[in-house]
Amino acid sequence: MSEADLQALLITLQLAGVTTVILLLIGTPLAWWLAHARGRWLPAVEALVSLPLILPPTVVGFYLLVALAPQGPVGRVVEALGGPRLAFSFAGMVIGSVIYSLPFVVQPLQNAFRAIGPRPLEVAATLRAGPVDRFLSVALPLARHGFLTATVLGFAHTVGEFGVVLMIGGNIPGETQVLSIAIYDHVEALDYASAHKLSAGLLLLSFLVLLLLQRAGRSGGTRS
Amino acid sequence: MSLKVDLTLSRGEFRLQAAFAVNEPGITAVFGPSGCGKTTLLRAIAGLERAARGTVRVDGEIWQDGDRRQPVHRRALGFVFQEASLFEHLSVHDNLRYGWCRLPAQERRIELEEIIDLLGLEPLLQRHPRGLSGGERQRVAIGRALATSPRLLLMDEPLAALDAARKAEILPYLERLHRHLKMPVLHVTHSTDEVARLADRVLLMEQGGIVHHGPVEELLPIISGEAGEPASLLRGRVVGHHAEDGLLEIAVGPLRLLVPSGPLPKGAELRLRIPARDVSIALDAEAASSILNRLPARVRAIEPESDATCLVRLEVAGQELLARITRRSVRELGLSKGKAAVAQVMSVVLEGIQEGESAAKRSRCDC
Repeated sequence: MSEADLQALLITLQLAGVTTVILLLIGTPLAWWLAHARGRWLPAVEALVSLPLILPPTVVGFYLLVALAPQGPVGRVVEALGGPRLAFSFAGMVIGSVIYSLPFVVQPLQNAFRAIGPRPLEVAATLRAGPVDRFLSVALPLARHGFLTATVLGFAHTVGEFGVVLMIGGNIPGETQVLSIAIYDHVEALDYASAHKLSAGLLLLSFLVLLLLQRAGRSGGTRS
Repeated sequence: MSLKVDLTLSRGEFRLQAAFAVNEPGITAVFGPSGCGKTTLLRAIAGLERAARGTVRVDGEIWQDGDRRQPVHRRALGFVFQEASLFEHLSVHDNLRYGWCRLPAQERRIELEEIIDLLGLEPLLQRHPRGLSGGERQRVAIGRALATSPRLLLMDEPLAALDAARKAEILPYLERLHRHLKMPVLHVTHSTDEVARLADRVLLMEQGGIVHHGPVEELLPIISGEAGEPASLLRGRVVGHHAEDGLLEIAVGPLRLLVPSGPLPKGAELRLRIPARDVSIALDAEAASSILNRLPARVRAIEPESDATCLVRLEVAGQELLARITRRSVRELGLSKGKAAVAQVMSVVLEGIQEGESAAKRSRCDC
């Protein structure tokens, strides 16, 4: 594996790691709210969260680029406040990945929270547990398979991302070049051997992840 | 102990409107047909129904009054749901400890060991809820609720989801519990058996409202009558045992009854459930008869029941005894209100046997 490929691998893992952590932090309260909320805003918010599932990544990337560019509405504010440059940077890629992988984290969590139902939380309340206590001691442990799924899907989906990170990251080797783009570059340069190495690696990784997920789901997913 | 409830709740067509007060410990059965609002009433008292308006006071502590509402977790209550609803991610022991741990040490009036002992949970402690039978799960759920030393125990048909065998397994534990802990309990049920066996008082509900509230001796004839099998409940005390005949002598006021049963401790309090169809009426006690229990009685009222039968309300030692006899017999005996007669009791079901070896047994005896 070449120096550049190794760097692309490291950046990819870093990007996926940071993105997954941020997604779990944002996605947990969001999924909790979606699982319990009622009202006319709910369908709109749900549609918004699910949007990246069907939108071409280049569309998301394009709008993000427009927003995060130094002259864009977000980019201008961030830079005025002394923040980092967002377009064509690692920070920008994180923002893009968070938005693009959001449904992959929120939906499993939302389903897991919904599957718990109101009863265990009511029981906990009658046993003197306050709202935060109930969430931590009952909802989180009972939703653990949802968290496993959300983590794995969020991470894997970010690793596999191409369009958004290309648009917003700009494919700068050693800075914003991730694996999926490196593969594309190798193919462009007709270096099929390198492309094979990286592609086969990702293929194997994805398969293993899904295999593990299925086994975890089967071993502890049933509740009577 | 005092519980004062005055709650209303509307949900679509259904409207709950319940006001009652209980001023002594013991078990109050909340009885009524499905959909009459029993469960909703219990949930509203616990604070689980946000739409409920009104007042709930327990021992002078205000749980709810107008806009002031204590959240569920600040109310000193125990709630047993119809399904055990154990925490599947915790062992039996950790389920029991869940509420206990959250209680400040000075508020723990019941020790965990006492609960484990009363409910026979020792062999289950290390097990996982998934591996337990329905009866075992419900026993754990009851223990878990008790571990918070509640001022009020709310039980929402804790036995309804169990088959007859599991029910029989768990009832003795409930009886022991209630005699031991002397905790005020609201016990939702639609089984007259459970009422006769466990309840001290009955709240009779219909269509979201309370239609009767009184001691079980008063209410059992009504609810068993509605179920088509009228019966009465007499309170008695063990006087002695005639080993040679295998008969237990029971005092009901100044009267004595002989009931086939093993020995029970002298002085133990008993309930005698007597189905109305097993009581016949004679005018005098002179004629020889195989019926052992012939009690002097006075006719309180005669209520027609069907074309052929009527229910005669008799006063026996100050308590009420129902007899189902034919209209023809009423006419031939010339029975009328105030007339003296002899009640001939052919079968007695002993309920609520309190302590001792046969505590778990319930004897139905034909005498």
